[in-house]
Amino acid sequence: MNIALNIVAMQTIVRKEVVRVLRIWVQTVVPPAITMTLYFIIFGNLIGRRIGTMDGFDYMQYIAPGLIMMSVITNSYGNVVSSFFGAKFGRHLEEMLIAPMSNATIVIGHVAGGVLRGMLIGLLVTIIALFFTRLDVQHPFITISIVLLSSIVFSLAGFINAVFAKKFDDISIVPTFVLTPLTYLGGVFYSISLLPEFWQTVSLANPILYMVNAFRYGILGTSDINIGVAYGILLVFVVVLFTACVQLLNRGVGIRE
Amino acid sequence: MVTIAGLMQALSIKNLTKTYANGNQALKGINFSVEEGDFYALLGPNGAGKTTAIGIISSLVNKSGGGVEIFGHSIDNELEAAKTCIGLVPQEVNLNLWEGVHNIVLNQAGYYGLGRKLARQRAEKYLRALRLWDRRNDSARSLSGGMKRRLMIARALVHEPKLLILDEPTAGVDIEIRRSMWEFLRDINAAGTTIILTTHYLEEAETLCRHVAIIDEGKIIEDARMSTVLRKLQREVFVLSLAKPLHEAPHLDGFETLLREDCELEVDKGPAVNLNDLFAQLGDKGIEVVSMRNKANRLEELFMRLVENKQDGFKEMAQG
Repeated sequence: MNIALNIVAMQTIVRKEVVRVLRIWVQTVVPPAITMTLYFIIFGNLIGRRIGTMDGFDYMQYIAPGLIMMSVITNSYGNVVSSFFGAKFGRHLEEMLIAPMSNATIVIGHVAGGVLRGMLIGLLVTIIALFFTRLDVQHPFITISIVLLSSIVFSLAGFINAVFAKKFDDISIVPTFVLTPLTYLGGVFYSISLLPEFWQTVSLANPILYMVNAFRYGILGTSDINIGVAYGILLVFVVVLFTACVQLLNRGVGIRE
Repeated sequence: MVTIAGLMQALSIKNLTKTYANGNQALKGINFSVEEGDFYALLGPNGAGKTTAIGIISSLVNKSGGGVEIFGHSIDNELEAAKTCIGLVPQEVNLNLWEGVHNIVLNQAGYYGLGRKLARQRAEKYLRALRLWDRRNDSARSLSGGMKRRLMIARALVHEPKLLILDEPTAGVDIEIRRSMWEFLRDINAAGTTIILTTHYLEEAETLCRHVAIIDEGKIIEDARMSTVLRKLQREVFVLSLAKPLHEAPHLDGFETLLREDCELEVDKGPAVNLNDLFAQLGDKGIEVVSMRNKANRLEELFMRLVENKQDGFKEMAQG
C-alpha cells in the first residue's frame, strides 16, 4: 500500500467533510444548539428544580454530561450516514471508488469527519451547558478519551447504516427507532439505581449507558458502571465495527454491482 | 504486457464475464486489447454491455469471471497500480452538485495522492484547457450540461492518467462544444494518453478513433482498425445536388439511382465501380453536380448492419 498516497487521500476526505459541515451549518450546527438549549431550560431548569439532586449533584449538573454525549453520538452518526449515503445516492462516491486509495482510508476519512463534527457540536453544547451550570472536569483524560471513542463507534455505525441504505428513509430508521430510544434509556436523564433491579439488569445491555456514565464519571466523578468495562466495550466496538466497514467496502456491499 | 510491435498494452481483457444478481448476463466472455497511445472506440447499442465493461475496468462493478490488465497490472492482484493508470468520465453526471468546481477537481487530485500545490497547478491547467476556469468558484449545479461534461473530463485528467475512458462524453452536448471537445481529446491523445471512447455519435467515433470494437448482447462482434472495418462496407449511398432539375432518374451502369426531388439524386454505389465512373457517366449525360454527401455516416451504416443482422448480415456484407 502506498502510505503517502493514502495519507493525502484521507486528508482530502476529512477536508471535504469539514467544508461540508461548515457549508451547511444551518443544518449541522444550529439545530443541536437550539435543541440542547431547550433541554437545559426545560429538563434542567424548570423540571430539574423540582427533582432536586441526583447522585449528590444538581439535576442540571447531572444531565449536562449526558446531553453533551447525546449530541456527540447523534451528530457523529448523522454526519457519516448522511455524507456517505449522499455520496452514494448522488454517485459522486465513485470519485473515491475509482481512486487508488484503500478502503480503510475511505472509512477512516469519513469517520474522522464524523468525529470532528461530533467534537464541534460537543464543544458547542458544553459552552451552552456552562450558561446553566458549573462543570469542573474531574478526570480530563477519561473525559476526552471516552467522548472520542464513543464518537468513533457511532461514526462507524453510521457508516454501516449508509452502506446498507438504499433510500433516504433507510438512514432515518436506525436513528429514530434504535439510537434515540437507546440514548434516552442510556442514563442521560437518570441514574439506573432509580430503576427496579430487573430493569437495571436490562439497562446494562445498552452500550450507550456505558458511554454516558463513563463520560459523566470523567466530568463529575460519579458513575453507575465500571469505567474499565466501558473502555473494554468501546474498544471492542471500534475494532469490530471498523473491520466490518472495511470488509463491506472490500466486498462492494451496497456500492458495487 | 508488451505487444510484438514493442508497444505496451494499455488494456487487456480476457474472457470477461458479468452476470448480475437478477440473472442478466451482461458480458459473455469478451476479449479485446488496446495498445498504448491508441484512440479506441467501443460501440454497441444500449444494453450491449459497454458500460458494464467500463465499470469492471474502473472497478465500479465486480466481474463474474475473466481477467483485466491495465498497463500490465491485473485488477485482481495490483488494483492500486491499475487504478492509478485510469481516468474515467462516466456516462451519467456523477458530480457532487453542491460542491464548487475547483474543489471537485482538487478533491479528485487528493484521492490520487497529489499534494495540494501540485493539485492546484493541475486543476488550473485542466480547468483552463476545458474553459471552466472562470467558473471555478461556482457550484457544479450551476453549470450547463456541456460544462458538467467538461468538468468530468477535467476531474478525470487531474492525475494525468495513462488511460482515459470516456463513456459517452458528448451526450447532450451542442455541436460547437462537441467539436471543441474532439479537438481537446485529439490533443491529449497526441500527447500520449490512450483513450477508450464509447459514443452513440458514430461520426464521432469515425472522426476520432483509429480502432473500433463493436459489442452486442455481451459479445464482441467486431474488433479491428477503423480503416479495415470501413473497408468491409462495400456499398455506399451518396446524395447528389444537381444544378438543373431532372424528370426521371438517369440510368447509370454499375449504380442504382433514385430521384428524390427534382434536383436531388440518390446514387447507390456497388463494390465494382468507383466515383470516377459515376462522374464520367453523369458528365456524358450533361448532368451537372453542385455538391455531394454521404446519405448516412459510413460507420453508422456498418454498425446498423452488424447489430441488426448479427453474424449473418456480416457474412452477406463480406461477400458483397
